[in-house]
Order: sequence, then C-alpha cells, then structure tokens
Amino acid sequence: MTADIAKDSARPRDFAQGVRDSVPVVVAAMPFGLLFGALAVENNFSVFEAVLMSATIFAGASQMVGIDLFGQKVAPWLIVLSILAVNFRHVLYSATTGRRIAHWGPVQRLLGFFMLVDPMFAEAERRGETHGTVSFGWYMGAALPLYICWIAEAWLGALFGNLVPDPHALGIDFLLPIYFLGLVMSFRKRSFWLPVVLMSAAVSMLAYRTVGSPWHVSIGAIAGVALAAIMAPDARKGRQAR
Amino acid sequence: MSTTVWIILAGAVLTFLTRIGGHMVLSRFERIHPRVEAGLNAVPAAVLTTLVAPAAMNGGIPEIAALTVGVVVSLVAGGMMPMFLSSAAVLILLRHLIGQ
Repeated sequence: MTADIAKDSARPRDFAQGVRDSVPVVVAAMPFGLLFGALAVENNFSVFEAVLMSATIFAGASQMVGIDLFGQKVAPWLIVLSILAVNFRHVLYSATTGRRIAHWGPVQRLLGFFMLVDPMFAEAERRGETHGTVSFGWYMGAALPLYICWIAEAWLGALFGNLVPDPHALGIDFLLPIYFLGLVMSFRKRSFWLPVVLMSAAVSMLAYRTVGSPWHVSIGAIAGVALAAIMAPDARKGRQAR
Repeated sequence: MSTTVWIILAGAVLTFLTRIGGHMVLSRFERIHPRVEAGLNAVPAAVLTTLVAPAAMNGGIPEIAALTVGVVVSLVAGGMMPMFLSSAAVLILLRHLIGQ
C-alpha cells in the first residue's frame, strides 16, 4: 500500500494526466451530449429536465432510450425499467473497477462509482493496466471534464438543438461505435481476448435479433465473461492470479 | 414535481445502484476465485463488443468499411486517435459517395 500512497501524493500531476487522457473521450461524446439535449426538447422535456437528466443519470445510451420512450407516451415505470436495463452492464464495471479503487476513501469511491460510465470504465482499466494503480487524482482529472461537458452539452443542445447539423451526413451517429471499437482493440493483449470478443459479438447480435435491445448488451457481455471464466483455470495453472 | 422529474430521479437512483452494486457484492468475498478474476478481466472487451456488434450488423457498406479500417489501423498503428480519425474519415467519405 505504500506504493499507492506514494502514487497518490503525485496528485497534481496525476490530475493533469487524467485531463489529458479525457480529451478524445470528451470529443467523441460531445455530439451525443448535444444531440441528447436537442432530442430531449423535441420530446417535450424542458431545458431544466434535460440538464437534470444528464447531471444525475450521466449515461448517454440510457438517456436516449429514456427520452425516446417518453416521446412515445410509455408508462413511467416502464421508462425507468428501460433505463435500468440499458445501464445494467454497469454492475460488471462496478465489480471490475472496484478492485482497482479499493484503496480510496469511502466518499471518493462513491464519487468514482457515480462517474463510472463506459469510457471512464475503459480508461480506468487501461490506466490500471499501464500504471498498476488508479489514483483518485487521475480519475477525477479524466472524469470531471467529461461530466462537466456532458451537462453543458445537454444545456446547449436543448437551447440550440435546431442548429445541430445533419448528424447522419457528418457520421456523428456512428462515432461512438467507432470509439468503442477502438477501446475493444486496446484490450487485445488480455487473456482470451479474441474468443471473448467473438463470443460477445455473436451472442449480442443473436440476442439483438431475438430478445431485443437493450438486453443484447448484458446478455452478450455475460456470454463473453462466462467464456473467459470457463477457459481460465487451465491457462492460468501455476500462475498467481492478479 | 412533475412526472418527468420523478422518472429522471428514479432512473438516476437505479443507475447509481448498478454502479456501486457489482462492487458491493464482490467486496463481500475475502478471496476472489481465479475464474471470477478471469471473468472480470474479460469485462471490458465483452461489454464494449456488444456496443459495436449490432451497430455493425445494422450498418451498410460505409459503416462496415469504417469499422474494418478501424481494426486494421489499430492493429498496425496502435493508439486510439489514428484509428478513430481514419475510421471516421472512411465513414464520412463513403456516406457521401454512396449517398446513404
């Protein structure tokens, strides 16, 4: 633990590095933050409600699903359940990243978990892989710009939504899948990477066709995770896990 | 408060529970089984893949081409930015050329 304390004392530098690491994430998420604000107002949200949703839920895909269902006048409990369904994968993030931030204080951890969105999870895992530990300073440096911009984008999108240019022609609607593919590729050094990717891809596509969205995310993810767990013992024999 | 605000706050509470839930369950165990460990290490690739695969399945030629270029560039060059920029460039270019 002394190593962790030593690393945490380098907080200003860690924070600055976190801010630098957040730049591509902020850029990739920006169109969606603006788009969310614009669509929210189109679906009869007030500007305040759009900003409140981004500030409290802070999870793009589930917010989009939420306002879409809201526009279709679906029962409130069903909207809430759908938001939960879309975000259910965060349970896996929580279990995974929880191991890396176990040395933080209780309040720090609550704050960290609150901001554990897809890119923060992926960046934290990458940071843990390269630096051995994830400091609170680095995490906040990466998460705060993302969070603040996300809220500001909802506000700007809600105010000036009709000024957002045609998202399809600019490829904006497909930037996140590209960014997520880049993240998938960045984990290719991990054990069982290719079998896990192939399994999750096949099962998620099958589930998308049969069970439907958003459950394909959790179902596909669990299939890949289960495959890694099944393949694990033989390959790791004699090597201390972690 | 309006129904909308209640929907938002309920969604926020449930989302936060998913973000602390996995850790709270896992931290009850003294030791983590190697299989669980291996499963958790596979979470990033597994989850992120499910966010890409159906998008690829529903995509046309520009989308498939963009993702293919993305895979090749990240294998050759590594790093996020070269892959992201070249993939997005292919997507925008082909969408303009093919027109859909």
